[in-house]
Amino acid sequence: MTTVLHGEPPAGLPPVTELPAARALRRTPWLGPALALAFFLAVCLLAAFPDAFAGDPAAIDPVNAFRDPAPGHLLGTDQLGRDTWARVVHGARASLALGFGATALAALVGIAWGLAAGLGGRLVDEATMRVADIFMAVPTTLMALLVVAVLGAGGPSVAVAIAVSLAPGFARVVRVQTQVVKHAGYVQAATALGVRRRGVVGRHIVPNVLPPMLVLATMNVGQSIIAGASLSFLGLGPQASSSEWGSLLSDARDHLQDAWAPAVFPGLAIALTVISISVLGRELRLRFEGRTER
Amino acid sequence: MVTTRWWLRRAGLGVLVIWGAATLSFIGLHLLSGDPARIIAGGGGAVSGSSEQILARINEQYGFHEPLIVQYGRFLGQLARGDLGMSYQLNQRVTTVIVDQLGPTVALALGAAVLGFGLALVLAVGTAGRPRAESLFSTLELLFVSTPSFWVGILLLTVFSFRLGWFPVFGNEGVASLVLPWLTLALPITGTLALVMRDGLQRALEQPFATTVLARGATATRLRLRHALRHALLPVLTLSGWTLGTLLGGVVVIETVFARAGIGQVAVTAVNGRDLPVVTGVVLVATVVFVVINTALDALTRVVDPRLRGVPE
Repeated sequence: MTTVLHGEPPAGLPPVTELPAARALRRTPWLGPALALAFFLAVCLLAAFPDAFAGDPAAIDPVNAFRDPAPGHLLGTDQLGRDTWARVVHGARASLALGFGATALAALVGIAWGLAAGLGGRLVDEATMRVADIFMAVPTTLMALLVVAVLGAGGPSVAVAIAVSLAPGFARVVRVQTQVVKHAGYVQAATALGVRRRGVVGRHIVPNVLPPMLVLATMNVGQSIIAGASLSFLGLGPQASSSEWGSLLSDARDHLQDAWAPAVFPGLAIALTVISISVLGRELRLRFEGRTER
Repeated sequence: MVTTRWWLRRAGLGVLVIWGAATLSFIGLHLLSGDPARIIAGGGGAVSGSSEQILARINEQYGFHEPLIVQYGRFLGQLARGDLGMSYQLNQRVTTVIVDQLGPTVALALGAAVLGFGLALVLAVGTAGRPRAESLFSTLELLFVSTPSFWVGILLLTVFSFRLGWFPVFGNEGVASLVLPWLTLALPITGTLALVMRDGLQRALEQPFATTVLARGATATRLRLRHALRHALLPVLTLSGWTLGTLLGGVVVIETVFARAGIGQVAVTAVNGRDLPVVTGVVLVATVVFVVINTALDALTRVVDPRLRGVPE
């Protein structure tokens, strides 16, 4: 018997081949994160100086409506002849602002919440974490709808809505981290040396709780961009003039029979931006945790 | 004993969560939204021109003039009897609005759950134990996690409905109109579940029992389906909460993409019109569904895996 017993694939299935691109990425592990960083910086640049890279996103040109991508309109035009490239470039700012704004807000609230739970004693801990349970039991999108219904549509309320659904996640991680750090030797030593409680929290606990949050925050920026785009797509986001990527897609949805370009490129912009952020987040996690992934 | 205590604890937690969601909804309804009477009178946003008499009559009809604590008590009492109140705009009971639209949404969510699970199963069983599939899978997962599902829906619509004409462009008629929405909703679920299942299968195939089964003369396929799969399905059950949340949230967006009638459309219309009773009604119903199914699945996990039964939470 020469049969190999462990884990051989069942007979009759074709072997899974590896794409050349995948092989290149596997052999040079720095390539993926480097590409991601380059792409992400490029998007930031576009968001900061849209006028330097694209024309007027609102310029109407009915003669050239519904054009496929071609020289002159590299990414095609929409139903009013507006240039898709210009609209996507000018939408970058609103999309990134939603993603970063919502995450920053969620991180701020979540960190305060988690620290309170971790340091406030048993009762505070129990109460705040049950509240987190309640928040997390409402599905994210529905919670966001509730918040937007209360605050009214618009960019800031969408950011708040996303932050409300993300904050409990931050709170949980911060709480666990706080409890770990609280019992660490250096904290006990500082307490034993007579450092006042405020000093211990400020000098020793908080600085050691925060770094892992950077990884979580990075991952959340990507998901916030998607959530923000989804809510904009539903017509609840920033005003149409900001040409946020989700609202561009909502616009294109109504003209699918006439033009595919306006429906494809804003989505591609979202996907590539989020992918680059996710890749950067995974890289950060590797650096922080020093463990191999999976 | 442990089982009874577990059930009591879970039931208590469930009631707490639902009460919390109801309280959040009440706060949303009354404390943050400004004068609800103005919203009702104004149709959409707050209109300043509404006469005081109309506002007074609305206040009387909806009981807004009473102290908040009285209103809160009445709100909870109504909820306990399954009454979600009146819509501000549709002049219908919220329960009626929701029940009317429940069918298409349930069909969409259930079908997508089955499809997502099935696809993940096929992918995982087909590729477990092949080292090269590893990179393929992590790439796929990255793609699914990073791509907004409504955009995937738009792409599918563009290709299969508008270019190829295989499926209707929108609407609720028949199974053909469900295929693309099902697929759109299922793909993100497939991405994550396939990864988890494949991991579990791989780990199970490395166990000594796998060797034993093969030594008894079972084929590799039988080993996978009959023996290893059970182990691989456990982590999938623990992901059920995430899956359910993805489904419930996804439904809202997917219904808009494919212009399907359903709860999602009702919710989006209500949010745009600031019809808060309908929004809170949908959120509360979704939360109850979420809590009940999640508890049931957790119980199922304990039935499937006897090792968990002795462990108190």
